[in-house]
Amino acid sequence: MQFLLKRLAFYLVAFLVAATFNFAIPRMLPGNPADIMLANANAAMGPGAREALMATFGFIDAPLHEQYFSYLKSIFTWDFGVSVKFFPVPVIDMLMQALPWTLLLTGAALLVSFSIGTLLGILAAWRRGTLIDVIASPTALALQSIPSVVVALCGLYFLGVSNKIFPTSYAYNPRLDPAWSVEFISSVAYHGFLPVFTLSIVLVGGYLVTMRNNMIGQLGEDYISMGEAKGLSDARVRYTYAARNALLPSVTALALSFGALFGGSLVTEVVFNYPGVGNLLYLGIVGRDFPLIQGQLLIMTLAMLIANFAVDLAYVFLDPRLKRA
Amino acid sequence: MKNLLKTFLRNRKAAIGLSIVLAYVIIAIAAPLIAQYDPLGRVGRPHQAPSADHWLGTTRMGRDVFSQLIYGTRNSLMVGLLAGFIVTAIGTTIGITAAYFGGKVDDVLNFLTNVVLVLPQLPLLLVLAAFLGQVSPLAIALIIGVTSWAWGARVTRAQALSLKTRDYIQASEMIGEPAWRMILVEMLPNLMSIIGFNFIGSVIFTIITQATLEFLGLGSPLTLSWGAMLYNAQNASAIIVGAWWEILAPCGAIVIIGIGLSLMNFGVDEIANPRMRSLGQLAKALKLERRLNRQRMQEAKQ
Repeated sequence: MQFLLKRLAFYLVAFLVAATFNFAIPRMLPGNPADIMLANANAAMGPGAREALMATFGFIDAPLHEQYFSYLKSIFTWDFGVSVKFFPVPVIDMLMQALPWTLLLTGAALLVSFSIGTLLGILAAWRRGTLIDVIASPTALALQSIPSVVVALCGLYFLGVSNKIFPTSYAYNPRLDPAWSVEFISSVAYHGFLPVFTLSIVLVGGYLVTMRNNMIGQLGEDYISMGEAKGLSDARVRYTYAARNALLPSVTALALSFGALFGGSLVTEVVFNYPGVGNLLYLGIVGRDFPLIQGQLLIMTLAMLIANFAVDLAYVFLDPRLKRA
Repeated sequence: MKNLLKTFLRNRKAAIGLSIVLAYVIIAIAAPLIAQYDPLGRVGRPHQAPSADHWLGTTRMGRDVFSQLIYGTRNSLMVGLLAGFIVTAIGTTIGITAAYFGGKVDDVLNFLTNVVLVLPQLPLLLVLAAFLGQVSPLAIALIIGVTSWAWGARVTRAQALSLKTRDYIQASEMIGEPAWRMILVEMLPNLMSIIGFNFIGSVIFTIITQATLEFLGLGSPLTLSWGAMLYNAQNASAIIVGAWWEILAPCGAIVIIGIGLSLMNFGVDEIANPRMRSLGQLAKALKLERRLNRQRMQEAKQ
């Protein structure tokens, strides 16, 4: 319990760092971001626009520390300011609409890549030097060094454009209305396949290599020989003896990979015109919509921290020593 | 140093990786000799497929894709090396300092490292790049450099901590060697493999991230780089109109340098950690062992 509380406090500080970063950046650069944006947004934004934007960045008529606290207060009351491109829609509303799609994409990709990568890693270590290891391990390493933008673009070209197997944009057939029907859900699955597939390819290599290396470390231990000497089946020694212990560092690697996961999903959404946070962000970058870009940092940070906390919970489950601590 | 290089080249993966990277370096240096066209000039009709005149076709603006690719190599390598250097310098300094001094220093530095590790990196970079406006490759190298050191700091710290318990380090401490000498002369040489691993990994990461940032429209579209090529191709809807060469050429360039660098890293890892060796000799040894076992079984039966 104390372990989890400590982690929660740590995540709170991390979130504060992200918010402080957002507060500091517009102040460290020359010029006033609200004026820059008003100059860029050639469409008339109506009266009150400048004031609303100034408030978004926390520029109020007060000393710096008061500005900071009022900015933090607005962040913690879920007020991320208003969008410039879609003035005066609040940023938080836009992000909340897009977030479920991003979570669907990242969740599915994580599940697919972690289970396949870990399983292949176990087998590659168990049969070290055989065909599966010789093919899978270097391939995994090569895949790890390929950016998600490349995989997504190639997937889009080969499976979406030149062979029209999968749709090339949207999260579901736009002629359908969202509902819990078989037709709608299968449309979502059909449209989501290619983004999830390309995102998983980028991630699977890392999990495979980590698991393989951990397994090789475990296989030299005495308790493995003991299990074999007792006459246990190969599968039992492999999964319930070696893999269970090798999984622990793999879970740490899982937490470290969330950055690549969320970053990769941002890019994948842009390529496949998928209506998640990444696609919204792209509109924000094109339209120089600073509040939107800053809002996505906060929402992505929050997603990262929650995902990390879930890993902490898994850790307690996998490593019983932590329960006592 | 010479011995280290020899061991490195004897590893087949490392040697192949190094040759790929060297080939890129040569291409980057000799770019004006290799490219036949001005990479930014309108030298052909738009969206021409690859032909004898234009080996990798042309873009919507009628620019030669092959020439752009060759000149783009310069940019990506420079940014990769510069950011890789910054990342490794910061990460190594923080990692070793935390491990050597321990106590309060370690607490602070380790906390800082962990905070940076849980923040989502690409969104963070996007905010920085967006406020800086369309940034030059140099600025991209700097912002990647100062935000990506956390992973390196963590692994270097872990390695340095285990080094600190070795007898020879404790002996040197006993005879009163000063801190700078302990760090620079006793510890640093023994951390070379993890530092090299970190450096090569950071170069890969930077090349990938630069391409991503530029693809998302945060670089200047006038720079000659693989990421800018992808951005321009995406803006010209190259995929939809079937101009595959515009997309696949920069993709291929990124993939091959990525594989080259990661093969080098695989080599570094295998040299530093012999248990990770998998191919070649190991497979042979296992096969031999199995054959011997079979022979013994047969002999025992007779």
